[in-house]
Amino acid sequence: MTNKKKWLALPYFVWMVGFTLIPLVLIAVYGLTERGSGAFTFSNVLSIFQEEHLRALILSLVLSVICTLVCLLIAYPVALILRRAKVKKSGFVIFIFILPMWMNFLLRTYAWLNLLDDGGLIFTALKALGFQGNIIGTNGAVLLGMVYNYLPFMILPLYNSLTAIDDQVLNAARDLGANERKVLTRVIFPLSFPGVVSGITMVFVPSLTTFVVSDLLGGRKILLIGNIIESEFSIASNRHVGAGLSLVLMIFILISMAILNHYDKTGEANAI
Amino acid sequence: MERPIITLDHITKSFDGQMVLDDLSLDIHENEFVTLLGPSGCGKTTTLRIIGGFETPDRGRVFFEGADITGLPPYKRELNTVFQKYALFPNLNVEENIAFGLKIKKKSKDYIRDKIRYALKLVNLDGYEKRDPSSLSGGQQQRIAIARAIVNEPKVLLLDEPLGALDLKLRQDMQYELIRLKNELGITFVYVTHDQEEALTMSDTIVVMNQGYIQQMGTPEKIYNEPENAFVADFIGESNIIDAVFVKDEVVNIFGVNFPCVDKGFGVNRPVDVVIRPEDVDLLPAGQGLLEGTVTHLIFKGVHYEMEVTTANGYEWLVHSTDMFPVGEKVSIHVDPFDIQIMNKPQSEDEEAIGVDE
Amino acid sequence: MKKLASFFGKAWLALVFVFLYAPIVTLIVYSFNEGKGRKWAGFSLVWYERMLHSSAIGDAVVNTLSIALLSALIATVLGVISCIGLSALKGRAKAVYMSINNIPLLNSDLVTGLSLMLVFVAVGLSFGYSTVLLAHISFNVPYVILSVMPRIRSMNQSTYEAAVDLGAKPIRAFFAVTVPEILPGVISGFLMAFTMSLDDFIITHFTKGPGINTISTLIYSEVRRGIQPSMNALSTVMFLSAILLLILTNVIPKDRRVKQKAAD
Repeated sequence: MTNKKKWLALPYFVWMVGFTLIPLVLIAVYGLTERGSGAFTFSNVLSIFQEEHLRALILSLVLSVICTLVCLLIAYPVALILRRAKVKKSGFVIFIFILPMWMNFLLRTYAWLNLLDDGGLIFTALKALGFQGNIIGTNGAVLLGMVYNYLPFMILPLYNSLTAIDDQVLNAARDLGANERKVLTRVIFPLSFPGVVSGITMVFVPSLTTFVVSDLLGGRKILLIGNIIESEFSIASNRHVGAGLSLVLMIFILISMAILNHYDKTGEANAI
Repeated sequence: MERPIITLDHITKSFDGQMVLDDLSLDIHENEFVTLLGPSGCGKTTTLRIIGGFETPDRGRVFFEGADITGLPPYKRELNTVFQKYALFPNLNVEENIAFGLKIKKKSKDYIRDKIRYALKLVNLDGYEKRDPSSLSGGQQQRIAIARAIVNEPKVLLLDEPLGALDLKLRQDMQYELIRLKNELGITFVYVTHDQEEALTMSDTIVVMNQGYIQQMGTPEKIYNEPENAFVADFIGESNIIDAVFVKDEVVNIFGVNFPCVDKGFGVNRPVDVVIRPEDVDLLPAGQGLLEGTVTHLIFKGVHYEMEVTTANGYEWLVHSTDMFPVGEKVSIHVDPFDIQIMNKPQSEDEEAIGVDE
Repeated sequence: MKKLASFFGKAWLALVFVFLYAPIVTLIVYSFNEGKGRKWAGFSLVWYERMLHSSAIGDAVVNTLSIALLSALIATVLGVISCIGLSALKGRAKAVYMSINNIPLLNSDLVTGLSLMLVFVAVGLSFGYSTVLLAHISFNVPYVILSVMPRIRSMNQSTYEAAVDLGAKPIRAFFAVTVPEILPGVISGFLMAFTMSLDDFIITHFTKGPGINTISTLIYSEVRRGIQPSMNALSTVMFLSAILLLILTNVIPKDRRVKQKAAD
């Protein structure tokens, strides 16, 4: 019975080989070969050191790291507050934090233009306070768009890991002499660590590779590494360079995945 | 046992309009093993949590060594709790769990190391320092939870159904372990359980609770032998609880037959409840005792036989005896006067509510 | 002290709430704007009318919804079947299987989209509806497996065995016992897949041909010249129907439960 049953896993395995593994291999193949001749080369990958590419990568890294930190700083208190709220209510509150994701994300991001661009509500308010210049087209606007889009990805894993903490464990810490601050630093922080790591990856990866947010709020002035790869594929149509740069990006993604994997395992072992 | 170390003074507590504790007062003395015993929802755990500082009473005060600690947060109280499901820190190993309280009090490394060694020896788990709590059995986790509490040298240890999650054999072993621990440490234990056998085995004093009231408080012997009302009689051990009439001092009429007893002062011809423990019912051949009946049920229980004897009015007496009477045999019931426990009938509606519900 | 903390807590939640909803509210408000610019020119339903008359929007809506529905359905069937197969696998094989399954979840959508594009180029598929559908199925199955697998793992094996013991054939036992037990996971997996497909832009962007648009890619194509407010109207309609759907699915079962309780 069991022996026959396991063959049911085969069709999707074939699918995964065709649509997950081979595609990734193809990226490597394109990234490591020359356009036209198909000869092996590192030049596509090394083109990351061209000034424009390098600048875009560094800007992407800086913005996505800041975005991840800002999301963490906003989301952690939110998750803590939701954890303390009564269970009945928190279902509704979580709903409220997921709901924005039901609005098309391009439009949601584009809507910031209405607030930030010349004539928008926030622009007008800032101008009244003596602010000069544009908001749209700055790194700040792109950062805001990133935080706005990826914040829910930080809140959910944090909330999940915080609500999984047993109240009795916190009471045990209080009983052993920990005041509220120490309960937070010695028990809640360490126990929520798997959630923090998973939230960080879920925000860091898409914000590192985005090209949409910078397209929408960058006013065509901000080039992220995502924009460069996207245009290599769609406009310049040099897929080999695009794939080579994707390989560079994947190194960063793999690093964050490896970190996640490591902590996920310890997290699971602890949860039992 | 002179001065109380903990005093609960007219504590009232309700959750969502549901009264859990109603004007409860209780003294707990130094070096005493006190057990709060009752069915679930009787308020025993709430009482413990109020002592521990995890709940604040709506009314009333809590005193510790004479000082009012009602509003004091748990981390400032000189007592420690062993939680129902251990509540070990899952991210810390055994050693770090035990050291938690000491590190917060900023004790020296040497002191902490000695304490860990001492505590682990005390709970028979030396060598487990580096283990992960999740790799331990329930009984071992419970010992770690106890070790984690006692290294802080609390004057009172609160235990919230600590053996509830363990299997029967382990539970019995841990009962002896706890008694030994208490004797070695010489501190006060306040113990919450719904298991009457646990309470009888370990306690110096048992507080029987139901529906937010203390039903009776006393030594295990007193609670068992002289229950003050039908609830206590029914909750502690098995018993025959019978509607009877107190004819006059030292005479009680059970099912139309006058039985001699030792109680006095219940008035004349007043309805009372009578408790007779199954092992106190003596069976004699028909005609030789006070009340005639027929054996209707018989089970061999190892130490004794359990029989049901039905008397003329249809009441089924529960009898434990080493003498066997087969089903269908006519027998005669005899009870020694000092084995008959007389209790007042519940008077008010409030007390009626206390009544037997299990 | 506690009150103060609770006040700051509520204020923080409110701020984050405003941050998340400000653009959405603006968008909804502008969908009723008579004019096209940022100036309020008076209330009007003109953009809703334009939306209804635009064939580009109509096509995009049909494509988006049909791709979401089809890909979620196929992914659910594929996912459930492989979960059952997976439950019979053990150890290393299972671990490898699961980590390949997790790749699209953890990988960047950009890389996933690009890599699928390269595969379709390599095979020689012409880009269009079918390539988008294949891509959507690919990134949807992991969500289904993720929500069905825990159900299967926690399933009580003996109920299935009891059904077989009582004379049911394995297939019958599967539908009588296993299906009802994993159904909540299947449904939530389906809904998750549907939502992900509906909301996807990046992967669709790289796997669609020139002649076809979903709502997301249609919006993106308008970014350069300025997005038409009829898009705001469309999004408002979709957003509100999503809320309505959520309320219906959440309130009605509860209502029934209450009524059942009352009947008891």
